Amino acid sequence: MIELKHITKRFPTAEGEFTALNDVSLTIGDGDIFGIVGMSGAGKSTLVRCLNLLERPSEGQVVIDGEDLCAMSTKELTRRRRSISMIFQHFNLLMQRTCLDNICFPMEIAGKKGPEVKKKARELLDIVGLPDKADAYPAQLSGGQKQRIAIARALASDPKILLCDEATSALDPKTTRDILRLIQDINRRLGITVVIITHEMGVIEEICSHVAILDHGVLQETGTVEETFSNPKTEAGRRLVYPDGVVLDQLPTSHVIRIAFNGSSSYEPLIASLAMDCQVKVNILGADTRNVDGKAFGTMLLGLPEDAGERERAIQYIKNQPNVTMEEVHDYHG
Amino acid sequence: MDELFGTLFGNTPLSQQIAYLQMELGSAIWETIYSTIVATFFSYVIGLPLGVILVTGEKGGVRPLPGWLMKVLNTVVNLLRSVPFLILMVMVIPLSRMIVGTSVGTTASIIPLICAAFPFVARLVEASLRETDKGILEAAQAMGCTPMQIIRKVMLPEALPSLLIGFTTAFITILSYGAMSGAIGGGGLGSLAINYGYQRQMYFILYVSVVILVVMVQVFQSLGTHFAVALDRRVTNKRSKSARKAHRGEKAGFQ
Ligand SMILES: Nc1ncnc2c1ncn2[C@@H]1O[C@H](COP(=O)(O)OP(=O)(O)O)[C@@H](O)[C@H]1O
Ligand SMILES: [Mg+2]
Repeated sequence: MIELKHITKRFPTAEGEFTALNDVSLTIGDGDIFGIVGMSGAGKSTLVRCLNLLERPSEGQVVIDGEDLCAMSTKELTRRRRSISMIFQHFNLLMQRTCLDNICFPMEIAGKKGPEVKKKARELLDIVGLPDKADAYPAQLSGGQKQRIAIARALASDPKILLCDEATSALDPKTTRDILRLIQDINRRLGITVVIITHEMGVIEEICSHVAILDHGVLQETGTVEETFSNPKTEAGRRLVYPDGVVLDQLPTSHVIRIAFNGSSSYEPLIASLAMDCQVKVNILGADTRNVDGKAFGTMLLGLPEDAGERERAIQYIKNQPNVTMEEVHDYHG
Repeated sequence: MDELFGTLFGNTPLSQQIAYLQMELGSAIWETIYSTIVATFFSYVIGLPLGVILVTGEKGGVRPLPGWLMKVLNTVVNLLRSVPFLILMVMVIPLSRMIVGTSVGTTASIIPLICAAFPFVARLVEASLRETDKGILEAAQAMGCTPMQIIRKVMLPEALPSLLIGFTTAFITILSYGAMSGAIGGGGLGSLAINYGYQRQMYFILYVSVVILVVMVQVFQSLGTHFAVALDRRVTNKRSKSARKAHRGEKAGFQ
């Protein structure tokens, strides 16, 4: 289990200190595929670099399996890092080594020698689907192939955790999907905890079980992917889930109802009390006043939330209001 | 006719100049190669670790060292680099006496060569190592490399082609500066050119010495570039890469 406790990271800059991470606390369970998403510059890379202490947090603790990394000696930390692998946007392979020797590298630095090292490297080449590239140099490979070699290298040290910093951001959509499949496959087969850093929601949707949304160094929300995506609670979350950001306050809507009330009541109090009394937020899709039989009637189109429980509560609440009638609209096209 | 000959080749008969050449040329070439190799070797013994430290020891490097120490090292390198070679040669005469017992001859001339070349080598090595991709260093750190492993297994091997280009530049520079030490009693092609060619006005000997030096430089440059390119696993378009690197090497040089 990875626990980030109140991580703050400040960088000294010419214009004084810059706070790249502000009191970020996060728990990542064993075997999760955990996504950290945010706009460029949100502090994602800084956060993931804090996980293996490539960047030392200014404040806070990084606790992995109960051990505080910040409290470790350099030597212990160096050893500890061997169980936390990392892959990168630009692959970062050793360009003067063959693919096979790249995969051998982590074993080499851990002091392993002999034929088992090469044997294991070849097995890993099989796992990532490039058994014929053992003697090729990285410069001879495509981006996707380079990332596969990087993944094989990352697995060579038998890590418990795999950190991926924008690992698919330099790849085309098809290759991205292939690499994500491979990462998912590795997660399932080897039980490795995966942390995926990305600015693309698509990547999170594709394979992550949990997600954290980071904005301007602040953790905005975190939870399972379904929960967070179906109902982003924060402004930053909505901006990411609806990048084309139609209406900033737009909530996801699947059911639309039309309500009508007589002139004596007005709709603002109803919407407000819906939010206050039953914690349900609704979208006002349209409203007008109609004249029916010489009486003024207000009508309003409401978008109800996706969550069935919330929707039911809202409907019950509205039904119980005096002077209000309600009908479902099935053919609404916003 | 005789006058033209005299202007071109000097007043000593050509046959006599050739006789001198037969006597001296072999050992002069050998002395030049010997002193260049020995001086290059020791320049790297000192300059390579120094160049590594200049990169890894700075703030944010793989193995940061105290700031004052880095300042001292940089200042020493800059100082030695800014003293003109001819003056340096005179300045280190006592040092040569101390180390090899004399201040004249081929072996003694190696000492000033090393003094002038190791700071130059350190800067060449520094420049090569600075080219290492930051991402690769970060990956190595993330993998749990010790600073020494990063230097030995990542920085130096990754910079090998560039280091070889630098080595060629250093070797050639030391070769040509070694020729200069002929002026103060060093041996080799330089002293042949100065003692016979210039002082005794045997211009033919002067030309031959210079042509041989030029040929040697060409050969070593081609060899160095060839190996650097052949060993570089990064590029498919090797031609443009080597041309660029060779060009950059040319700009450097010690005083
Ligand atoms: N070493 C550093 N010194 C100063 N500022 C930095 C440093 N590293 C990152 N930053 C700043 O921290 C912010 C977050 O950077 P980063 O974590 O790389 O963002 P992301 O990966 O989400 O795009 C950026 O504004 C960046 O300029
Ligand atoms: Mg980043």
